[in-house]
Amino acid sequence: MIEQLPAIQLLLTLLAAPICSMLRNGDQSWRLATIVSWASVAIAGALLHQVWGGGNDISYHMGGWPPPWGIEVVVDELTAIVLLLVTLFGALVMTALRESLSTIMRHQRQSLYYTSFLLCMASLIGITLTGDAFNVFVFLEISSLATYTLIARGRDRRALTAAFRYLIMGTIGATFILIAIGFMYMLTGTLNMADLAERLPEHRDSRVLHASFAFFTVGIALKIALFPLHYWLPNAYTYAPKATTAFLAATATKVSLYVMIRFVFDVYGVEFSFQQMQLGTLLVPLSLAGILIASLTAIFQSDAKRLLAWSSVAQLGYMSLGVGLLNLNGLTASITHMFNHAMMKAGLFLALATMIYRVQSSQLTSLAGIGRTMPLTTGAFTVLGIGLIGVPFTAGFISKWYLITGALDKGWLPVAVLLIISSLMAIVYIGKMIDVMYFKPAPEEFSNVREAPMSMLIPCWIFALLTLYFGLDTRITAGLAGRVAANLLGAS
Amino acid sequence: MFTGLFNYWIVVILMMAGLYIVMSSGHLVKKIIGLNIFQTSVFIFFISMGKVSGGTAPILKDGISVFSNPLPHVLILTAIVVGVATTALGLAISVRIYEAYGTVEEDEISEMDKENRQRETSVSTVVLDKQ
Repeated sequence: MIEQLPAIQLLLTLLAAPICSMLRNGDQSWRLATIVSWASVAIAGALLHQVWGGGNDISYHMGGWPPPWGIEVVVDELTAIVLLLVTLFGALVMTALRESLSTIMRHQRQSLYYTSFLLCMASLIGITLTGDAFNVFVFLEISSLATYTLIARGRDRRALTAAFRYLIMGTIGATFILIAIGFMYMLTGTLNMADLAERLPEHRDSRVLHASFAFFTVGIALKIALFPLHYWLPNAYTYAPKATTAFLAATATKVSLYVMIRFVFDVYGVEFSFQQMQLGTLLVPLSLAGILIASLTAIFQSDAKRLLAWSSVAQLGYMSLGVGLLNLNGLTASITHMFNHAMMKAGLFLALATMIYRVQSSQLTSLAGIGRTMPLTTGAFTVLGIGLIGVPFTAGFISKWYLITGALDKGWLPVAVLLIISSLMAIVYIGKMIDVMYFKPAPEEFSNVREAPMSMLIPCWIFALLTLYFGLDTRITAGLAGRVAANLLGAS
Repeated sequence: MFTGLFNYWIVVILMMAGLYIVMSSGHLVKKIIGLNIFQTSVFIFFISMGKVSGGTAPILKDGISVFSNPLPHVLILTAIVVGVATTALGLAISVRIYEAYGTVEEDEISEMDKENRQRETSVSTVVLDKQ
């Protein structure tokens, strides 16, 4: 049973999805989906426990076919933490989703929505688990297709154009990755990642491999929404229905970043990616530009959801910057921030969705004075916002600390200064929201809104408390990330 | 050189044509068609890659020693399914867009969105000023 866990982790959500679509009753399928997601969290926890400490990675052979012929499932520490990220934050959002959906969707439609949600979760788990390059492409496309349908269900008609735009960009990105995988297969005749990693170095001067790397970088950058390929993200996040944004912001881009780290470090190899192809020279300036421009844009938004979406673009810049720094602290910061940002941004979007549940608008003007009518939700929002800024004793501080240390290790003082400036910008845009929520008088029609239902409030506060917890206890986040980073860098 | 790599030249031409259509056309359905051409070029790329000249289909039979590599072909079977799903979803969203906006021209849609947005922000600044 224990050795079957990696397969169960994937199959549980994948099989629950079609069952969900067959249940006509929205409540029933919500119950099933919630139970399944929490079961996945338990499995992810068990897997993390098994590989904890490094050195005892799990390799599972699908159908008993040994790699490189069969499909291999590999669980190491990095995989396990990303699995925990996807399942835990997915499950928390799923718990809050029923109340959130009840105002915008008829009961029968809801089961289909949970189906898409579960499919998206299953495919993200699949991307994380698989050790096969082509599998990554297939799961990437499944998750994207599920995401497009999730976004297109938004109430505003602009959700449709946002979904369409994402569909075009996402498909181009995924197809680029497919081309990259094709080139690698052409050179080596294998699709297993570990096998590829062994065989690629001898082709390091081949132009085919260079082309493959170029296609991969552009394709995955589209998926991560790295600046300047972030064009699809703000609209998609703004118009996606309510709590869904919390799930997307937490998982989709993070898992893409995981794919990038996997391929760049493990498959292509550090030496090839960074010395021969000079990935760092590309990533660092673009990430910095992304951080500053996106933070600046966020300051001038009047829609709370769009503001947080732009902040996401900036925060993704932090993560890619950490990869670009290519030293222990930088990479540790990337992986830590992947987890921490997923947690904080999911919490922020969820708290926002909870407010929108009551006031039916995400414009800052409608949220004015909500701190008095919905004190608990706003309290969670404030804690999470402070975490995002990176105040000490919150999770955001840990990752920023490592990132700035990483920049200083390189002797790049200007980069560290720019990071501090961008944190100040975060204070401005988060502060602007908190200011409106607490100190502006509420519009009359919203002066007697009630506090949100418990099923939404509790997940919000779990996110907030986790943000505080991971600000103090960094064994699971930074401790693990440090080991993983040392491993990735040492593998070259 | 040209004839030997004939398939790959076709791949490149189709790929560029597809991407060009996606970027240049404002018509949503045409964009989907462009996307399809782009994806098809990658399918041809994979299939050409698996072909061994002089080889037959990979069937176990006496007297056959050279056969094409079946793996890329199988991969593309999967990729075709993914492509069909993407096309179907893209067209479905286009239909919904037509119902919501009354047009599938990107320029007109973004024009409508812009007006919408201006109205929202102007309302919000007025309200904030009042407070």
